[in-house]
Order: sequence, then C-alpha cells, then structure tokens
Amino acid sequence: MTKEAHDISSLLSQEYKHGFVTDVEVDTIPAGLSEDVIRIISAKKNEPEFLLEWRLKAYRHWLTMVEPTWSSVRYPKIDFQNIVYYSAPKLDKDRPKSLDEVDPELLRTYEKLGIPLKEQEMLAGVAVDAVFDSVSVATTFKAKLAEQGIIFCSFSEAVQEHPELIKKYLGSVVPHTDNFYAALNSAVFSDGSFCYIPKGVRCPMDLSTYFRINAASTGQFERTLVVADEGSYVSYLEGCTAPMRDENQLHAAVVELVALEDAEIKYSTVQNWYPGDKDGKGGIYNFVTKRGACRGNNAKISWTQVETGSAITWKYPSVILQGDNSVGEFYSVALTNNYQQADTGTKMYHIGKNTRSTIISKGISAGHGHNAYRGLVKVLKNARNARNYTQCDSLLIGDQCAAHTFPYIEVKNTSAQVEHEATTSKIGEDQLFYCLQRGINTEDAVSMIVNGFCKQVFKELPMEFAVEAQKLLGVSLEGSVG
Amino acid sequence: MLEIKNLHAKVTEQDKEILKGISLNVKPGEVHAIMGPNGSGKSTLANVLAGRQDYEVTQGEVIYQGHDLFPLAPEERAQQGIFLAFQYPVEIPGVNNVYLLKAAVNAGRKARGEKELDAMDFLTFIKEKLALVKMDNSFLSRAVNEGFSGGEKKRNEVLQMAALEPKLAILDETDSGLDIDALKIVADGVNKLRNPNRAFIIITHYQRLLDYIVPDYVHVLSGGRIVRSGDSKLALELEETGYINDSNSASANA
Repeated sequence: MTKEAHDISSLLSQEYKHGFVTDVEVDTIPAGLSEDVIRIISAKKNEPEFLLEWRLKAYRHWLTMVEPTWSSVRYPKIDFQNIVYYSAPKLDKDRPKSLDEVDPELLRTYEKLGIPLKEQEMLAGVAVDAVFDSVSVATTFKAKLAEQGIIFCSFSEAVQEHPELIKKYLGSVVPHTDNFYAALNSAVFSDGSFCYIPKGVRCPMDLSTYFRINAASTGQFERTLVVADEGSYVSYLEGCTAPMRDENQLHAAVVELVALEDAEIKYSTVQNWYPGDKDGKGGIYNFVTKRGACRGNNAKISWTQVETGSAITWKYPSVILQGDNSVGEFYSVALTNNYQQADTGTKMYHIGKNTRSTIISKGISAGHGHNAYRGLVKVLKNARNARNYTQCDSLLIGDQCAAHTFPYIEVKNTSAQVEHEATTSKIGEDQLFYCLQRGINTEDAVSMIVNGFCKQVFKELPMEFAVEAQKLLGVSLEGSVG
Repeated sequence: MLEIKNLHAKVTEQDKEILKGISLNVKPGEVHAIMGPNGSGKSTLANVLAGRQDYEVTQGEVIYQGHDLFPLAPEERAQQGIFLAFQYPVEIPGVNNVYLLKAAVNAGRKARGEKELDAMDFLTFIKEKLALVKMDNSFLSRAVNEGFSGGEKKRNEVLQMAALEPKLAILDETDSGLDIDALKIVADGVNKLRNPNRAFIIITHYQRLLDYIVPDYVHVLSGGRIVRSGDSKLALELEETGYINDSNSASANA
C-alpha cells in the first residue's frame, strides 16, 4: 500500500460521532408482534377506530407476504418477533404541551446532535419535528406556521386534530399492501411527522424532521405524510442518527408525498444512521418506502438524498407523475464504506402528458462497501412527450469495493424520450498526487475530489444542509483505500 | 538550492534501477534543461523530486535549501516551494479550477505562517496571474482540466505555477502535445516567471521548447545517468546528431 493509499485508509476509519445513548425513562412494550401488540399501540395513542382497522388490515396482509430477496443487499434473517415495536420516553401524564415540558435530557440529546429545539435559539428559521425512538417529542415554530394555515405536527397529533386529512391521504400513495416493509410499517407505525400546506401558500421556512433511534432492540417505524395543496410550496428536510450498538436495528419508515395542481414539494434527506463498525458489526437496516404523487397538473416533486449511514440502505424514493406537465426529480449521493451496503435509486412513473423526470445518482464505494443503483423509468401508454434524463455515476475508492447499476426502462408511448448515461471512475492516486503536489494534504484532497463528484446533487440541497452533507461525507470517508 | 548527489532510484516493487547515479547542482536563478531519449529516466527524476510514492530511492541524497529532501511528504515539498508541472495533468470533475488554486495557494501560505487569502483577495491575485498565460476568467470556473484541450491543460499548469510562486519549478515534458502557438504561450509564461531567486528544471525530449526558453545548462540523461552537460548550444547539437551516440557512451561507461 502506498503512502497516499494508507493516508486515505486512516482518513476513512473515523469514528461515528452520534453513537451515544441517552438515559431516559421509557415506556416500552415487550418484544414481539401480534394483533394484540397493534391494539396496544393504537390504544396508547388513543386512535380512532378507522386507523386501528387500517393497521389490522395491513398486519393481516403482511402475514401473507414473504420477505423480498430480489435486491443485491445481504443480511441475516430478521426475527420479527424479537423486535420491540413501541418505545417512548416516559412522559408525565400526557404529551408535552410545550417545549418547557419536554424532558431536559431529550433536549440535551438533540442539542448534542446539533438540533436546537428551543425556538429562541433558532436563528436558521427551520421548523423541527423531533422523533425519538417511536414518538415525536417536540415540534417547533408551530404557532407561527399556523398563522398561514400550515399544519406541521407529529403524526399522532394529526390523527387527533385532523383525522379527516389522515383518513383522506394516509396510504393513498403507499397502500398498506404495497410491499413487505411498507405493510409492516402500516401495521405498527408509532409516530412520525405530518405536514399540510394550504392552497396557494408558500411555506416561509424549511420544515424539518429529525429522527433518532435510542432504545436497544427497537425498530423505528415512522410515517411521514406531506400534503401540498394547489399552488403551494414546501421544502422539507429529514435527518437521522442512532447510537452505536452491536446488534442491527431495523428502521422501516414510510414517507408519502402528495402534490396537487401547481404545487411543489422539495424533500431532502441527510441520512446518517449508525453504519456499524469497521468490521461490519451492528448498524441500522434502513428499509424505507418513499413515494410521491404529482396528482395535479404542473405539480413537482423533488427528492434529494445524501445517504452516508446505515449498515444497509434499501430504498427507492419515487414519483408518480399523474398530472400533465408534472415533474419528478431524484438527486442522490449514496456512500458505502467499510462493510456498508446500499441498494438505492428511484422509480419514475410517467402517466400524464408532457411529464418530465430527472435522475442524478452518485454512488461512492470505499472499503468493502457495496453500492448499487437500481432505477425504473416507466412511460405509460397515454404519457405523450414524456421525457427522462438519467445519469448514474459511480466512484470507487480502493480495490475492495463494488458498484453496480441496474437501470430498468419500460416505454409504452413512442413519443417518449429517455436518456441514460452511466460512468464508473476510480479516485486515482494520480488525482491525489496532483493535489498533494500542489501542497494540499490528503484529507482535504480526498474531500475535494469526492465533493466535486457529488456537486450536482449538493447544489440541490438547501444551503445549510449542503454544508452538513459535505462535512458528513468527509467524516464518513475517513479511511477508505485498501 | 538543490544538490542531487549520486541518486539511484527504482520503481517500487520492481528490481530494475532507473536512475543509476545522478548528480546535479542547481542554483537560484538557473535554468537547467534535461534532455534524453524515452526511458532514460527523465520523468522518474521529476517524480522522485516531487515525492511520488511509486518510486523508491535506493542510494544517494538530495539536499534542498540546505536540508535533506526525502523525509518531506509530497505536500510539504510543495509547501516549501517545489512545483512539478505534470506531463499529463489530471482531470478532477466537479472541482472548480479556482477552488483548487485557492486551496493550494492557501495551503502554502498557512505552512509559511502567512495569513490565508479570502475569496475576494484571491480573485484579485489570480486575475493578474491569468494574464500571464493569456487565459480569461472563464478558466477559473471550469472544473480542473476537465474538457481542456492539451494546450489549455499545459497553460493551466503554468497558471498554477504562477500562483504558487515556487522556488524550484520542474517542468515535465510540458511541450509534449503542444502546437506552436500554445508552445509560445507556455514558454512566454515561463520566461516571465524567471527571476534570480527561482530555479527551473526543464525536462524535454525535443530541442524545440529550448528555442523559446533558453537554458543556462543542458544535461543529457541516458540510461539513468547524466552523460553530457553543456550550455544551450548542446541542445542544438543534439537536435542534429540525436541521442544515439550518447546512449553508446553511456553503455561504454557502464
């Protein structure tokens, strides 16, 4: 191993910084899954009958399903009876009415993570909903948003306060029968975030959900539902971390986006779940279903994701382009280091006329990382003049890692234009030496080269998130050539 | 400034020595041309001086500014004023030229304990340098060498050299692949950078470049050794006779 290579290796082996455990009293139900468990979850949340029925339907359907094996990720069989499906910080009596009532230990946790929840401290103007294990602990800036009719709250609260919206939109994009993990989530989800932007309103600040898994052996099954009514706009951010634990933990979330006519949703994710240690022990299984529907004409949904964490990332944020002239976008950076695996990409369903989609995927593999792009572009019969542009680039660091690209294209309308470009490149010792010879040290050089590779995606992120993503990438890469 | 004494070097993981005892003394302000046939060790010499790890020094020493050069990492050598203009400048997609330049200039400043330049000051600084190689501002916002023509790449190397203001500049076949116009621009840029405190080692296969950058000394490298040294007239002579005689004399010496 040359010196440059050695330097990159040590650079890539940096420690996970969010791996601490918070000591809070929790209300946890025993591990295992049954109709009773679902009834307990539903009862704890004082849910209306329709929701319990929906959960049970999902559970019964889930029982008939088998775990999918078509992806390129490999993991030991999950024992679904060995997972805790509900764990919540114990709160005196009810949910906290204001931030003052939130357990200070929890607030400190979020501060440690760089997510200040106290509104007076928030200079950035980002409204945050924080989900700790199974429940949402705090939502900021609610009052200010309510002035414009924007609803931004925990999912549980939305169920109580706005059952008609939940009933109308829950499962309308990702049905409870959709896939194995989505069905499981539908049965047992415990909380998440809900957001509704009324007609013609441009949400004045970025909305953000912050997910944190704390308890051991706990699965996190949250649900996010974002509805943008006609002519509205919202930018939504999502961040995730978890403690370092030796056992794997399952995170099976569902995110549904609905954009009505002329509405636009921009959904950005920086996912930094615990990736496991350098030998591949522990880490989160991030098996998530994310889908948006452009229901009306001229609607637009844009997914941007930076995936640096999780032992396994398995997800395909997708867009159903129903409305004419609707637009779907997917910008992704997925990094796998050590023994991390990622099988991610997107699906674009062109149904309406003149629908357009853009897919930019950047996969970075280092160490023994395994990175796959899997994408589907489907143009239906009536989607006249549909257009898609796909670009998949893979960057390999070292010689023990792997990158794969599985593009699927199905076109039923002859007027469609579908373009696909793919490249694979290796971070060269030539590139590194070039930077070193200009006086730039290895750490800065690797970070510069990788950030250059990801530039197209980073420029889609909101400013602060982009800075965070760049930093995260630097940290996650510490140590990769073999 | 630079003293090379009996330098032997080989490619790491190979047994064959490429440099077999090179000695060379370079003083500030001097321009040394190193010529020689393919495979004579010219680029190896450049890479060994710059600290590329694919090469291993087996014998001899190099003193740079009074200190042993070899303990220094490549970036430290750069920070202390050694610049290598690459024969094949690499492309770095997505990284703006100006970003690389600024990072490089500031790395050097930081190492010397000087204040780093902010974006505005740097822009003023680099615009002066651009004129030197007849490049316009658009070069700054393009990705490093990506989609550059051969000539543009070499001009970009000279731009970096101008920005980093090295004490010792090594040009590794900077003339290769250049048409006559680009060659003139590059040579012109280098000539403007000549000063009494700065030394150059110009590695080239052909005499052509030396019509424009007139060296103080010309050395002929063959079989890993310097087999002849002289002044700029030697280059003209070689142009007529070729390197063959020198290769023969090299093996005769062996």
